[in-house]
Amino acid sequence: MSRRVLNILLPALTGALVLAVWHAIHLALSEDLRFLLPTPGAILEAFRTNGDVLARAALNTTKGALLGFTSAVIISFFLALTLSLSSLVRVSLYPYLMILQMTPVIIFAPILVIWAGAGLPSVSIITFLICFFPLVVNTTQGLVSTDRNLVELFAMWRTSRVQQLLHLRVPAALPYFFTGLRIAATLAPIGALVGDYTAGSSAGDGGGLGFQAIIYSSQAKYPALFATAATTCILGFIFTSAVLALSWLALHHWHESYENTDK
Amino acid sequence: MSEPSAQSQPLVEFREVSKRFGAGPLVLDQITLATRPGDFVSLIGPSGCGKSTLLRLIAGLTSVSSGTLTVDGLTPEAAAAELAFVFQEPTLLPWLTVAANIELPLSLRGILPAERVATRQRVLELVRLNPKASAYPRQLSGGQKMRVSIARALALSPKILLLDEPFGALDEMTREHLNEELLAIRERHAWTAFFVTHSVAEAVFLSNRVLVMSANPGHIHTEITIPFAYPRTEQTRLSRDYHDLVAKVSRILRSVETDTV
Ligand SMILES: Nc1ncnc2c1ncn2[C@@H]1O[C@H](COP(=O)(O)OP(=O)(O)OP(=O)(O)O)[C@@H](O)[C@H]1O
Ligand SMILES: [Mg+2]
Repeated sequence: MSRRVLNILLPALTGALVLAVWHAIHLALSEDLRFLLPTPGAILEAFRTNGDVLARAALNTTKGALLGFTSAVIISFFLALTLSLSSLVRVSLYPYLMILQMTPVIIFAPILVIWAGAGLPSVSIITFLICFFPLVVNTTQGLVSTDRNLVELFAMWRTSRVQQLLHLRVPAALPYFFTGLRIAATLAPIGALVGDYTAGSSAGDGGGLGFQAIIYSSQAKYPALFATAATTCILGFIFTSAVLALSWLALHHWHESYENTDK
Repeated sequence: MSEPSAQSQPLVEFREVSKRFGAGPLVLDQITLATRPGDFVSLIGPSGCGKSTLLRLIAGLTSVSSGTLTVDGLTPEAAAAELAFVFQEPTLLPWLTVAANIELPLSLRGILPAERVATRQRVLELVRLNPKASAYPRQLSGGQKMRVSIARALALSPKILLLDEPFGALDEMTREHLNEELLAIRERHAWTAFFVTHSVAEAVFLSNRVLVMSANPGHIHTEITIPFAYPRTEQTRLSRDYHDLVAKVSRILRSVETDTV
C-alpha cells in the first residue's frame, strides 16, 4: 500500500476505534449515568438540532478571536521594534511584560466588562492580552538576532537605519515572528472562548461559544455541550492551519525549517 | 590594463597607521603601505596579526588610532562607493534569490531596475552562474555561494576589492578553480585587490605583492614581489619559479610564526 494511502487510512482507523471505545464506555455505564457521556451519534444529532445557534456563536467567537489576535499582532510588532532599538529599553520594559504575562487576566473579566462592555469588546481584549506576550517576545528576539556578518555587510554599503530595518532586520526576524504567530494562533480561539465564558453576553449578537456553553450546561443539554466543544476544536484547527499556511508561504523558499519539504 | 601601473597616485595609502581597540593592546603598529591601481596585494600572517583589521580600516568599518589612511585621496568613510568587501562567509541574504541578492545593493544606491538587471546579468556571466539567477542561496554549493558573493561585489564596480579569506572554507580543487576565475575576471575589470589568505600558494598565484605580517603587534614583516606576468594560468602553477617563490614565502611565514609564539 502506498504511503499516501496509509497516511489517510491510519488516522481514520484510529478515529473509528476511539469512537467505538467511546460508544462502548457509554454502554458500560449504568443507565442513570449515561447522560454524562453522550454517544458520538447523540452529539452529531445535537449538531443538527442546534446548528443555527452554534454557527452564530462560532461566528461571534471568531470575531473576538480575530479582533484580539490581529490587534495583538500589529501592536506587538511595533512594541518589538521599540524594544529592539536598545538593550536599555529592553531591560526597562521586560520585567513588566513578564508580569503582564503572569497575570491571570480572567480574574479581571468583571472589571473589564464594566470598562469595555460585555461581549465582543471584552472578549477581544482578553484574547489580545493572551496572544500579546508570545508575539512580542519572539519578534523582539528575531529583530535582535540578526547575523552579525550581514549587519557588517549593510554597514559596508552605508545604508540608513530604515533601509537596514526593512531589508535586513525585519526579514531576518520573520522565522521568529512566525513562531510567535503559531503560538498565538493556538491561544486565540481558546482565549476568545474563555473570555466569552467570563465576560460574554447574550445582548446584541447573542454571545459566543463560551456563553453558549454556560447556557447548555445550565440546561443540562450535554450532547449540545459536547457539540460546542467540538465546534471550538474546529475553530482552533482552522486558525492554526491558516497561520501554518501563511508561515509556509513566507518561509518555505528559504528557511531551514522547511528544508525537507521540497526535495 | 592588468599590469599594475608604476607611476600613478597611490590608490590606498597607509602612513604610519596604528590601531588599538579602546584601551586594548596595539593591534597594528606603524603600517606604511602604498598601492597603485591594479595592484593585487595579498596579506598573510599568523592568526590575530591584524589582517582583517587592516581590511576593515580600508573599508571604513573601523577607524585608525594614529597615522593617516587615504583611499583614492579621500578618507575611507568618504570613499565607500569605490570599495566592495567580500567576507569569509558568503553573507547572502537567505530570503532573496541570487538575482535579488546581487541587485539589492544596487537598488539601495538608487540604481534603476533596467540597469540593475543588466549589471546583474553581466556579473553573473563573469562567475558563470546565470542559470542560477532564480535559485535561493540554500540551493547552492559553498563554492557557488562564494561566486555569487564575488559577483555581488563586482556589481558595484569597485575600484578596490577587499577579500577576507574568501575561499578559506572551500576545498583545494574549488579554491584553485576560483583563483583562476578571479584572475580571469581581473583581466576584464581592473580593480585593486587586498586579499587575506592563509594559503601561501594562493597568495603567490594571485598577487603581484605578498605582504607577510607578524603579530603582537601586527606589523608588515616582509614584502615579496611576485614577478609573473598576468594573465596567469594553470601553467604558472607548474613552473619552477612559482614553486621556489611558494617555498620562500612559506619559509618567511614559518620564521614569523615561530618568532611570535
Ligand atoms: N572589534 C574588536 N575589538 C577588540 N579587539 C579586536 C576587535 N577586532 C579585532 N580585535 C583584536 O585585534 C587583533 C587582530 O584581529 P584580526 O581579526 O584583525 O586578526 P586576523 O589577522 O584577521 O586573524 P585571523 O587570521 O584569525 O582572521 C586580535 O588580537 C583581535 O582580538
Ligand atoms: Mg581575519
